[in-house]
Amino acid sequence: MSLEFNNEQMTEFNRLVAHYPEGKQKSALLPVLHLAQDSFGGWLPTEAMDYVASLLQIQPIEVYEVATFYSMYNLKPVGKFVFEVCQTGPCMISGSDNIIAYIQKQLAIKPGETTKDGMFTLKLVECLGACGYAPMMQVGKIYREHLTKEKVDAIIVEYRMQIVALN
Amino acid sequence: MGVKLLLEKANVPGIRTYDVYRREGGYAAAEKALKEMSIEAIVEEVKKSGLRGRGGAGFPAGMKWSFIAKPEGVPRHLVCNADESEPGTFKDRYLMEFLPHLLLEGLLISSFALGSNDTYIYIRGEYAWVATILEEAIIEATKNGWLGKNILGTGFDCMIHVHRGAGAYICGEETALIESLEGKRGNPRIKPPFPAIQGLWMRPTVVNNVETLAAVVPIIKMGGEEYAKIGVGRSTGTKLISACGNINKPGVYEIDMTISVEDFIYSDEYCGGIANGKKLKACIPGGSSVPILPANLLLKTAKGETRYMNYESLSDGGFATGSMMGSGGFIVLDEDQCIVKNTLTLARFYRHESCGQCSPCREGTGWMEKILQKIELGKGESSDIDLLWDIQRKIEGNTICPLGDAAAWPVAAAIRHFRDEFEWHIQNRALSQTSNFGLQHYADPIHVPA
Repeated sequence: MSLEFNNEQMTEFNRLVAHYPEGKQKSALLPVLHLAQDSFGGWLPTEAMDYVASLLQIQPIEVYEVATFYSMYNLKPVGKFVFEVCQTGPCMISGSDNIIAYIQKQLAIKPGETTKDGMFTLKLVECLGACGYAPMMQVGKIYREHLTKEKVDAIIVEYRMQIVALN
Repeated sequence: MGVKLLLEKANVPGIRTYDVYRREGGYAAAEKALKEMSIEAIVEEVKKSGLRGRGGAGFPAGMKWSFIAKPEGVPRHLVCNADESEPGTFKDRYLMEFLPHLLLEGLLISSFALGSNDTYIYIRGEYAWVATILEEAIIEATKNGWLGKNILGTGFDCMIHVHRGAGAYICGEETALIESLEGKRGNPRIKPPFPAIQGLWMRPTVVNNVETLAAVVPIIKMGGEEYAKIGVGRSTGTKLISACGNINKPGVYEIDMTISVEDFIYSDEYCGGIANGKKLKACIPGGSSVPILPANLLLKTAKGETRYMNYESLSDGGFATGSMMGSGGFIVLDEDQCIVKNTLTLARFYRHESCGQCSPCREGTGWMEKILQKIELGKGESSDIDLLWDIQRKIEGNTICPLGDAAAWPVAAAIRHFRDEFEWHIQNRALSQTSNFGLQHYADPIHVPA
């Protein structure tokens, strides 16, 4: 895989950097890492971080220290769909333990693992700010809320169908 | 029905778009502020309103504004804190998702008052779709002349930028937020210097919460004095409460701070009572960091007076018998909930979110989680409770930022009010995961709906 932004991604990169004053382009690091992660298969290999460093004219270590600090950046490969299930207090008292156990059973993986077909990764996360709509999980850029076992089944089928449709 | 200043139009179809927002009277306050008012007059109205920071600390917003340094030739910045990450809190998300232009209008007026030509909204990374909504609203506002160069011919230039974080609770702390906005790890800075003197890129900066900045709109519209008449004492205006947990109607509610806690929980207009006909056991009234209260102390103060949903009443009794308004994240626990388990998930949260800079917090949060885990798994010893108490005391007040306090308080309050539940776990090891201490003697005088 060649780790460079294509034209469209480069336009987005330039748009992100333009938000900050001249000479303060490092400020764009977090948004640019989101762009890189979205562009390069859902995670940030070292090459991707080095590439971002070169674009922003900063040292690679400045990127590594940030990428390892924030929980949204994946530092190892993940499945096509990452189920990030909230397990903090308000979700826990609304039954997130059962949902987590059910997802583990349905996908036959433990938290932190990816299914053999590379489709799904299960990640346990802390509060996502959807406490009133618990239990919930984040998949990509959207929230799936008010989860029940039936809803989890339907969501898994929905994503499987998406992949079938793409092929 | 209480007074609604922020969410009054939330249900108007299409209010998310500029056209509908404008038709409903939107941007009139911005027009008034920019065209008819001086900078000093705007700051004066905000001071008179008594508006207190809605992010959790409750610091008077007008006073915060008046601290901003104005050195010659140095740009100043307003930063909107939309990093909403306090467990139990989801009010800012609601406001931004449904009323993006209300926030933009508040930001425009505030930017004008503070002299910020480039204003940033730091939004938590997970709210990706909300960031998109805000960006679309910014494009609309710019097209219609409310952002950009020479706004309304006043000579004032202002652009609002959306900056997505990437998953770190600590970035809700204002100096960590600034570090993060500069593209660094979210490690809080030592204060002083305060952001008002040296903040973003070492320039004078004011950081305010989403709800605080949105509240500037009604304040300008009605005047600070009128705004201050709503509410009670130093709890002026309205407050958004995000209610969650074991209640019938979780959601975001706007209250005028004169309502009692009991009415808020049991009336159909708000939480609608405890779900599944259960009894109320406990509540964390202001986001996960604030002390948990057992039902009896939640509904009435230690003096036996009715407790109300405002800053003063919720903190009546101090930490011994009271709690805090905090961020307005109202977490209700029913009789089936285990206090040890709940405290454990919160301790895990703070361990995960500690930035690691100060040893009491970095090490202490890990120890608290491990000990709570031990008790929850039925391996606790009676000395563990005192050990937990000792650790939390050594964290509180000994860190650069308030995350240490925020991690210590939930553990302290759980032990303070529910010590016998911890002891029960230790004495009944075999039962500790499968059954529950329940209400026991907290049941009286717990409210049972008629």
